[in-house]
Amino acid sequence: MKALPGSFDSRAEAALADPSLQKALQNFKPLFVAKRAAAVAELSDFERLRDAAAAIKDAVLSELDVWLERYADKVESLGGKVHFAKDAADAREIIREICRKADARTICKGKSMVSEEIGLNEVLEEDGYRVVETDLGEYIIQLAKEPPSHIIAPAIHKTREQVADLFAQNHPGRPREDSVAGLVNEARHALRERFFESDVGITGGNFLIAESGTSVIVTNEGNGDLTQTLSRVHVVTSGIERVIPTLDDLSVFLRLLARSATGQDTECYTTLSTGPRRAGDPDGPEEYHVVLVDNGRSKMLAGRFRDMLRCIRCGACMNHCPVYGAVGGHAYGWVYPGPMGSILTPLFNGLAENYDLPNACTLNGRCQAVCPVRIPLTDLIRTMRNEQVKAGLMPASQRRMMGAWGWVARQPGLYRALERLGSRMLRLRAGRRGAMSSLPGAEAWTRVRDLPAPQGATFIDQWKARGGDQ
Amino acid sequence: MNRELVLHEIRRAITSAPGLRARSALPPRPTPPTYGEQRIERFTDRLVAHACTWEAIAELDELPQRVVAWLEQRQLDHRLAVAPPLMALNWPEKVDRHSRPAAIDESVAVSLAFAGIAESGSLVMYSGPNSPITHNYVPEFHLVAIRADDVCDNQEAVWANARALGDMPRALNLIAGPSRTGDVEQTIQLGAHGPRQVHVLLVRAKDMKS
Repeated sequence: MKALPGSFDSRAEAALADPSLQKALQNFKPLFVAKRAAAVAELSDFERLRDAAAAIKDAVLSELDVWLERYADKVESLGGKVHFAKDAADAREIIREICRKADARTICKGKSMVSEEIGLNEVLEEDGYRVVETDLGEYIIQLAKEPPSHIIAPAIHKTREQVADLFAQNHPGRPREDSVAGLVNEARHALRERFFESDVGITGGNFLIAESGTSVIVTNEGNGDLTQTLSRVHVVTSGIERVIPTLDDLSVFLRLLARSATGQDTECYTTLSTGPRRAGDPDGPEEYHVVLVDNGRSKMLAGRFRDMLRCIRCGACMNHCPVYGAVGGHAYGWVYPGPMGSILTPLFNGLAENYDLPNACTLNGRCQAVCPVRIPLTDLIRTMRNEQVKAGLMPASQRRMMGAWGWVARQPGLYRALERLGSRMLRLRAGRRGAMSSLPGAEAWTRVRDLPAPQGATFIDQWKARGGDQ
Repeated sequence: MNRELVLHEIRRAITSAPGLRARSALPPRPTPPTYGEQRIERFTDRLVAHACTWEAIAELDELPQRVVAWLEQRQLDHRLAVAPPLMALNWPEKVDRHSRPAAIDESVAVSLAFAGIAESGSLVMYSGPNSPITHNYVPEFHLVAIRADDVCDNQEAVWANARALGDMPRALNLIAGPSRTGDVEQTIQLGAHGPRQVHVLLVRAKDMKS
């Protein structure tokens, strides 16, 4: 997808002022966090699984070329075809060519973040194909012509009423449904024929297994399976970093993935696909293609953000992020929102264009605490800020402010005098209540809460008064 | 050509990062869970946790009458998509059955699982001439027979059994309950695109409570 217009600031402002979005976010916030915590508590060796998963990924990344070759050779020995795409444009061309050769008309899609990353739907629609997103969340946002706002729950920003409105507009001749059950049923009926008409089925690939030449998807709805089984051609889109050595390694990740993502012990469907249908098979696709997308990943491998390549796209970091919880995914402006997006988006789309993302973080560390593959997300966000400053991207106003603060901080006498003055002025303004409901320059902060005034003397004054070391 | 290009970039990146190649030793994995005598109980508990229903049957020959009883309880037609190995069982006349891939209006499929996983309560379907993939996903109701002996403790045991048969099949489907979605207001709703109900017939498990 193309980056959304505007800045993070402007999109966040709009998000905070959007009552439907705020209602949807209120629904979602406590749910995923509580469900993950309960699912993790049921497992005694969750922490050891995290260690093992991180170590497997590190080992693979250190020999990524070897594992990819082994994987690709195995796929091709079983009648599949592996395509390497160096960037998004390359990946789009490869898939357009597959669709052309298949003489396709209808293309069904399972949820794939890589296909969003490479902007696939737009070009396939321009080519005149009927492109149908079949994951319910993706289907909803396709009807709404919006990008996903969460990597595992793409329509999380939509309320039930909004979904009902969309379906009523897009499914003429059906009575309006308002219940969740009714809406899910309506989508089931709307998509059933599409599955059977589908010529090319495109899915993601959560894991690629070198040992057996297998791609794995993990879903709850069964849409990915209908997509890849009923289409004549199955295309898997995946990042080059998704390869793992063996089926036993897969088990380590599967024990972590659902628990971290949705708080389930396992998703409903875990599907291991290997090659096209075999001689004598009654069903399944006739062709099987895997498109492995680099698109900047090999560059990440060399640099300070390598740890990010361990990511298994579970969404736990955004589920636990207070900033994501306040503004939702669209504020982040591209496919990957939340903490993981604050690192990936600048790397994929430019440090300068996405200056705000790593800076819109409180470094509270909740994301890092829950990441199943132990990506040091807050450290990487800090590193990203560091890279931005080194590249001279910090806005002049901020640079001046930091410069002024730095200068004052080096004059201890002046610093302490200003500190005392500021503290006294805040106390004066707060009055007897000890808190103020507005403060010039901090209106955004005081709009929803009171600012307490500093109490008593400054730290240094108290230190001195108690005879602390100089 | 692209393959060499991408692999070349990866190799260049790896060799430019000092010490990276040296990290390649694969770490030990935590031992997967085992359940001993409780294996079947764990399996059926997890089936129920994932909204499956189940019953025990003494032998596969009992399957047709149990399936018919299940259909009649729900007032469903006697039209079935049946896995080829189950076609030759002693089905009553009134059952109209076929073993072709599932059609768009398929209502009920009866399958035979390759394995079960006690850890997660998953049914494992091994695609091939004996197990059409569409039977697992297209019908509204999925009835799955599984031999108690085929229930494994964990995934790793299933992988070992699959490896013993050679290359992986086109599809190895792990199924944990009826299809579901949480995409409308995070409310879990069963029957998204796949089956609305999954009923398990556990074979040769007479001594167990159903």
